[in-house]
Amino acid sequence: MSTGRLVFAIPSKGRLMELTLSELAKAGLEVRKTGNKRGYRGEIVGLPDVDVAFISASEIAWYLKSGRAHLGVTGEDLIREQMTDADQRVEFIKKLGFGQADVVVAVPSSWLDVRTMAQLDEIAASFQREHGRWFRVATKYMTLTRQFFAAKGVSDYRIVESLGATEGTPAAGTADLIVDITSTGATLAANGLRILDDGVILKSEANLVASKVAPWCEATRAAKQRIVSQILTSVPNHS
Amino acid sequence: MAAESARDFELLQVQAAKIMAIYSRDGYEFVAPAMIQPAGVFLDVIGEDLRARTYVFTDPDGDELCLRPDLTVPTCRLHLERNPAADRPARYCYNGAAFRFQPQGADSAQTREFRQAGIESFGAADREQAEAETVATILAALKAAGLADVRLQLGDLGMFSAMLRSVDIPERWRQRLRHHFWRPEAFRAELKRLTEAPSDLVKHIPAELVANLNPDDPVGSEQAVQGYFDATGIEAIGVRTTAEVTANLLEHVADSNAKPLSKKTSRVIERYVDLAAPADKAGAAIKDLAREEGVDVSDALVVFQRRLDLMRKAGIDVSTAEFSAEFGRTFEYYTGFVFEAFVAGDSLFSFRAVAGGGRYDDLMTAVGAPQEVAAIGAAIHTERLLAAIAGGAS
Repeated sequence: MSTGRLVFAIPSKGRLMELTLSELAKAGLEVRKTGNKRGYRGEIVGLPDVDVAFISASEIAWYLKSGRAHLGVTGEDLIREQMTDADQRVEFIKKLGFGQADVVVAVPSSWLDVRTMAQLDEIAASFQREHGRWFRVATKYMTLTRQFFAAKGVSDYRIVESLGATEGTPAAGTADLIVDITSTGATLAANGLRILDDGVILKSEANLVASKVAPWCEATRAAKQRIVSQILTSVPNHS
Repeated sequence: MAAESARDFELLQVQAAKIMAIYSRDGYEFVAPAMIQPAGVFLDVIGEDLRARTYVFTDPDGDELCLRPDLTVPTCRLHLERNPAADRPARYCYNGAAFRFQPQGADSAQTREFRQAGIESFGAADREQAEAETVATILAALKAAGLADVRLQLGDLGMFSAMLRSVDIPERWRQRLRHHFWRPEAFRAELKRLTEAPSDLVKHIPAELVANLNPDDPVGSEQAVQGYFDATGIEAIGVRTTAEVTANLLEHVADSNAKPLSKKTSRVIERYVDLAAPADKAGAAIKDLAREEGVDVSDALVVFQRRLDLMRKAGIDVSTAEFSAEFGRTFEYYTGFVFEAFVAGDSLFSFRAVAGGGRYDDLMTAVGAPQEVAAIGAAIHTERLLAAIAGGAS
């Protein structure tokens, strides 16, 4: 049920929204809110076939995954967390050079014997013996954690879902280690945590992403082409 | 998007009736374990691959539950519920749905809801006899459903354990290799490290600390660790105590002081893991390997040959069966004999097992039994079997 209009999802608040809008402006794409000023819809000057939807960054991943948006700007971490098969559902077009953060595995700094995922795996049995349970990993990134731990061969653990202040859970005793996002590592250190040597799951940043499952037609493809080429010309390549 | 309703329902029902008649003939009692299971028990015993594919949810009371990803664990729980002392033998069979997440784009032979028709036997004292009977029942059921020509793949995790026991290495290293058996890459890396550079095991410990760690003096070593925390401003957080951290550091130190694994030992392990042969020649091949390398696995070999003989006696054609030492690596709860049945010959259907199972002697204690219970089971993938028979006939 294509309407011939391209839906472009943009973060609705905070620094992520400001940086997205300024990056688009640099590329010659001026976004204007339509309706009232606090509204959630907008347009791009000179591109009449494009509807801009202002939504939260995590919801953008869902819009792209379900095909409700054709294009979107959001963090790679949010995309990969919400899709086990991200590369089949979306196309990462361009890293935008902001919103950088790493998703990492961090353990208490006092675990001097655990520097690597392999050493984490090694303590599982003795931890179980001493405490009568597997160690707990607090995270909001359940999918990324499971995939990464499986790839590293660590299987004897339990995940506890944490929706905020994850870095405080080991000290509070609700979890033993965490998987969380960090940009400088300072918050982790302040909470007595250290990143494992091979514990970087994902180096994430804001990306321009296209949905592969959205209803594409000639008009929406043309609009995408225009937006993408302007952004590719304007945004420098990052390593 | 395809409808998620069961496909070919009537055909599956007809097929299931034939399978269940064989199970019943062979003395298995029909049971219907609960579909909704407590998540905790399941998540603790199944391997990580299956865990990531299990549908887990929270009910209004806040309890964490799951849709069963297989029927073996639910049947263990059912057995324990009926027999809390877990001291009576029992044989059960079932035909029911199991649920596993399938990524979008996975091929259509893999549905997230599928039916397993299987058998489980608890407390059978004669292990090899029970193993031969299990395979015989499954093959008879496949035949009754219309698939007579199958190829068997056999494995034996007991033989791997015997190999490890027979070589001269520190017990802790043995445990590590056993722990890594499920992950071939990690296994090889560990073997290489123990052979070439066990001293790498202390590289991660700060030099000023490692000098004060002495495996013969755990108390002094713990004080050294505490001193290191004080000097560097590290605060010990969480439930893991300084004593636990110290104990593990001391094991690393002890490992690094130990003599590296000999080339010969590492070679015998590698040669065994790589071994693959027709089942009726595998015994001789293992015997040769043991003699050449000077290790003794005769007890495990007796068990291996006896099982094969009992399978022959039960009317199973083992002449086309293949043995592989690696086989069974992906199913984390198996402890001994494992097998899978494939459609014989080369066809679209011969790459995926239509049935499989094995021994899982640790599972009953994992779900709460007061002592170890000899247990073996196997299940038929009913949708795959139906597709294989339909594909073979057309």
